[in-house]
Order: sequence, then structure tokens, then C-alpha cells
Amino acid sequence: MTEPKTPIIQIRNVSKRFGNVTAVDNVSLDILSGEFFVLLGPSGCGKTTLLRMIAGFELPTEGQIIIDGQDMSMVPPNKRPVNMVFQSYAVFPHMSVTDNVGYGLRISGVSKSEIKDRVEESLELVKLGGFGDRMPDQMSGGQRQRVALARSLVMRPKVLLLDEPLSALDAKLRAQMQFELTALQEKVGITFVTVTHDQDEALSMACRIAVINKGEVAQLAAPSDLYEYPANRFVADFVGAVNTFEGKLTLDEPDRAAVDCPGVGKIYLNHGVTGAHGSDVWVAVRPEKITLHTPGMGKAVQGAAKDSPEGHNFARGVIKGMSYLGDCTLFEIELEGGAMMRVRRPNLSRTDQEDFTWEDKVSMHWDSASPVVLLA
Amino acid sequence: MALFNRTPVAPLEYTRKLWMRSWVALTMAFLYAPLIVLMIFSFNDSKRNVVWKGFTLKYYEKALDNSSLVEALVNSLTIAFLATIFSLVLGALAGVMLWRFRFPLKGVVEGTMTLPIIVPEICMGVAMLIFFAKVEWPSGMVWPLNLSAITIAHITFCFPFVALVVRSRLASFNKEEEEAARDLGATEWQVFRDVLLPHMKPSLVAGALLAFTLSLDDFVITFFTSGPDTITFPVKVYSMVRFSVTPEVNAASTLLIILTVVLTAVALKLQGVKGIAEAH
Repeated sequence: MTEPKTPIIQIRNVSKRFGNVTAVDNVSLDILSGEFFVLLGPSGCGKTTLLRMIAGFELPTEGQIIIDGQDMSMVPPNKRPVNMVFQSYAVFPHMSVTDNVGYGLRISGVSKSEIKDRVEESLELVKLGGFGDRMPDQMSGGQRQRVALARSLVMRPKVLLLDEPLSALDAKLRAQMQFELTALQEKVGITFVTVTHDQDEALSMACRIAVINKGEVAQLAAPSDLYEYPANRFVADFVGAVNTFEGKLTLDEPDRAAVDCPGVGKIYLNHGVTGAHGSDVWVAVRPEKITLHTPGMGKAVQGAAKDSPEGHNFARGVIKGMSYLGDCTLFEIELEGGAMMRVRRPNLSRTDQEDFTWEDKVSMHWDSASPVVLLA
Repeated sequence: MALFNRTPVAPLEYTRKLWMRSWVALTMAFLYAPLIVLMIFSFNDSKRNVVWKGFTLKYYEKALDNSSLVEALVNSLTIAFLATIFSLVLGALAGVMLWRFRFPLKGVVEGTMTLPIIVPEICMGVAMLIFFAKVEWPSGMVWPLNLSAITIAHITFCFPFVALVVRSRLASFNKEEEEAARDLGATEWQVFRDVLLPHMKPSLVAGALLAFTLSLDDFVITFFTSGPDTITFPVKVYSMVRFSVTPEVNAASTLLIILTVVLTAVALKLQGVKGIAEAH
């Protein structure tokens, strides 16, 4: 695979308004050639509108979309070098699979023998070889989606757009399709742009993710950066689960910092923070980064934490809620200070879930490298 | 033995309940008994056609020899054919327009389009009569131009039915299919031809059937718009019945029934019953 470097799609200050509603608000971003790009956001955040503007079904109220160096402002959807896989798949119900996949080539006047070869190749690519004579109503939802994929890929677009591609599939099939889509993308080398509201989907498939909130880009980053270094509370909260505490910055040195959070206590960090001393900030800690100790086991840890306060964060509380998820258990713990803390504990052995129950007094610690300070 | 091996009737198995079966049978009898009697008596060897006197085919011969009856039948079929073609085009376009576009006074346009369906036929007939008299529509032209007034009148009350059926069919159209075709490089016209038209097809078949049968058996409006030399089948039958109900009328009617049943069967066969049912 070639290193993705040059931008294939440039979105320049694009806004879209429907009457008084601003769906997309001054968005600028570059999508690089050959990458798997995901637009992630809650429903109604404008991500689909953005995708439809790239496809040409909506025109920007302001701004410019450039695909492969060409301004798309006056280019209708049927002339754009992009193809789209629709949420409903939009497979033509009166055409066989072969006719569906070959439709785009047929109307652009490609020779019959070439159509035949390319349709077959495309169907092989999505693992539908031998299904050519089927009618869409004889296929499952997952198979119809593959037909829609093949129908777009056969056009050899510069960019493939996918609108919520996995939302209609059941959980098992969705997990499988996540792998297949990324494998497919690497194989064909086409830039994929996917819209989704599902953070697992985004994290597992994307090279880079743009988190969209209220029509604006909240953060644009690689999946692991997005998860471990969220830029603001919206991203921290939308991508994955998180404990967020408001507090005041009380210690701010180049290699360590502390935030005093009412209801929790001081939370120590092993890195500096860009923020004025005494200013209001938020601290976010992911539930899986907190270690829970059985009663009695806490003392030793507390001792260690006391020895190096900037090395470990320590807290005590009472279990108020438990949710057994099989591979792990989710705890809701009321801290001594009164704040609620969520902790995720992997069930490493079969009997792990028996260690705790409601109203147990527990202690927990987390590394000072784990919390993230958010300024907005 | 089947009689003793029956499984118990489940609560929702209405078709296996006696009262339901008798009700269905009664409804069927009510609907079709008159038609069956009409057909049987077309073979009756009796001039007065009240009592069964014996089997004969001579009234079919007589009906087919009656040149004015045959002429009326040919007229009716011609009018129905032309009215169907025009209604289909006009109705389909109107249906697509109402589905596709938003424009000022759309509700008014929609309402007025259904007027020919709800206005009493007698009023339509009188209105047509006055209209054609006022514009001095030429009469006494050569066949089939002499049928033009009746054909136009038929189109006016047939095409709203087609428009309604097409419109309701289009409501189930997935607009993403249209966008998918555009996305794959289709022009507006190609989208219409390759995606929209196939979706509309069952409603077009159903609409054509509706228009054809409505036109074929229309009496009131035709009565007001036909001239002395342009008589249609229903009008002719009416004038024959005024003298006496002979088996000849029965024979002609039976032929017409068979014709429409065959046409409907062909349409259903072409389209599939499911498709037509979906169109409504």
C-alpha cells in the first residue's frame, strides 16, 4: 500500500444551511489519498450532509469541495469521480445482481465483454461470485450490501463513500464486515469515506476519524489519539466511556500537575498542562484504567500511593451499581467525597465476578499517566 | 379418513370456520349470480327469454350478424383503447408531477384532479354536451375521427384514476435508488427510464386496466357525447333492451364479459398478481 499523503478531497470552509438550521458549519478538512476516513458523530450532527455534499446530492451554501484537484461546485453527482454505498443499499429491485453491478458501466457505454469481466471481478472482490443471476429479493441484507459495494467498486471511483454501512446488520455480521471492509480497502487502495454514529465501528476501521458535533469538527485524529488524547469533553464522552470531573488546577509544572476536584480529591498527572494556575478544568479518566482492590488489599496500595503522590491516584468508595458484561464487570462507585466513579474490571478468572457485591467498601487506584486534562 | 383426522380450528383460522365460509359464499353468490344467469340465458332457445326452453347458439350468430351491434362493439373497443393510451400517459405524468415536485397551490391541483372521479356522471355528461356544442366540435367526420368527442370525454374521467394509482405506487419508491443511479452516472432521463419506470410498471398495468374497463362500460357520459352515427356498445344494448330483452343482448354481453376477463387475466399474468395488488 502506498503511503497516504496527498489530499484527494479538500473541504474548504464548507457550510450548509437548510432555512434557519445550520447542518454543517464552516468545516475545513483534507481527506488523504488511500486512507480509510471516518466521519463520526451523533445523529443530526451534519455528518451525512457532509457526505452528501461530497457526492453532489447537496450543494454547499458556502465554501468549496475539491476532489482530486478539481472544484466540484458545478459538477453534478453523475459526473463526479466518487461513488456511494447508500444506507438502504438502494439495490435496483427489478435487476439481477449482474445487471445491478453492471448498470453504471452500461450507461457509460463500456463494451459488453469488458462489462462482463469487470462485473465478475467486482463480484469476486465482495465474495459474491456465482450470485450473478440472483434477484435482490432472493438475498439477505448483508448480501444486498455486498451488491451495492460491488456496484460502486466496479466504477473504479477515486473515492468510495459509505453512509452508515453497518447499521442495518446484526452484531456478529457487523464485526465481520468491519474486518472485511478494511481488508477490501487495503486491497483496492481506494480512499474510503464512511459516516457512522458507532464509535466501535469508527475506531476499528479508520485510519483517521473526524468527530463532528453540531456541524463542526470537534477533533480530527487517528483512532488511538482520539481515544487516549481527546481534545475536549464532547470527544472524550462520545468516544468510549469516561469519568469526567470538574476541578481547579492547583499544581502546574512542566512534568507534573494536579487538579483539585470537589467530591474526588486531588488528581495527579505526570505531565504538564497548558492552563493558568487556579483555572477551571476538567479531568477525564477512562473506567478501564482504574484498578479496583478488594477490601483489605487497599492498604498496601495506599501506602505506595502516599510514598509518591504523583505516581498514583487513590480513592475509596462504596459500590452502588454493578453490571456484569461477561468479559468484564462495570462498577458504579460512590466515592467518599460524594462523586460517582465508573470502573471497568476485566473478569480474568472465572470466579472474578464473585469478589464484589453491592455496598462493598472498596479502594481503587489509577496511574498518573491515565487522566487527561480538558480545557473545554 | 380426513373427516376424523382434522386438526382443531385455531383462533385466527377464519377460513375454516363455518359461519365465515357461508358468509363468503353468500357474498360471491350476490356478486356473480346475476352474471351467471345472464350467461346461461344467452344459450336459451326462446325469444322472450324468461323461461328456459333449450340450448342453442343461434343468438350468438344473430348478435355477430347484427352489423350495428358489431359496429357499436368496435367503436367501444376503439374508444377504450385510445382513452387508455392517452389516460396512461397523462395520468402517469400527473402522478409523477404530484410526487416529485413541490409547487404553489399543489393541494388545489391535487383536489381538482380528483374532481372527475367524484362529480356525478350525469353532471359530467351534461357539461361535456354543452362544452362540445359551444366549441362547435365537428360531427359527422370519418371513422375513427367521429369518435373524438367521446374519446376526449372518456380521457377526462379515466386519467385521474391512473394518476391516483401511480401516485400511491410512487409513495413506496426509495429515493436512494434514484440517487444511486445518479451516482453511477445516469442522467435524469436515464434515471426515469431505468429506475422509476420499472417501479411504476405495476401501477401502469393496473391503471390501464382501470381506464380500459371504465371506458368500455361507460353509459351516461357517452350517451350525452355520442352523435347519431357514433353509437357505443353500452348505448346500443340500452336501446335494444328498450324494445325487448332477447338472448341476443345476453350473447353480446357474454362476449364482452369474456373479453374483459381475458384481458384482465393477461394483464395479471404479465405483471403477477402481487405486483398489481402492490400498486394500489
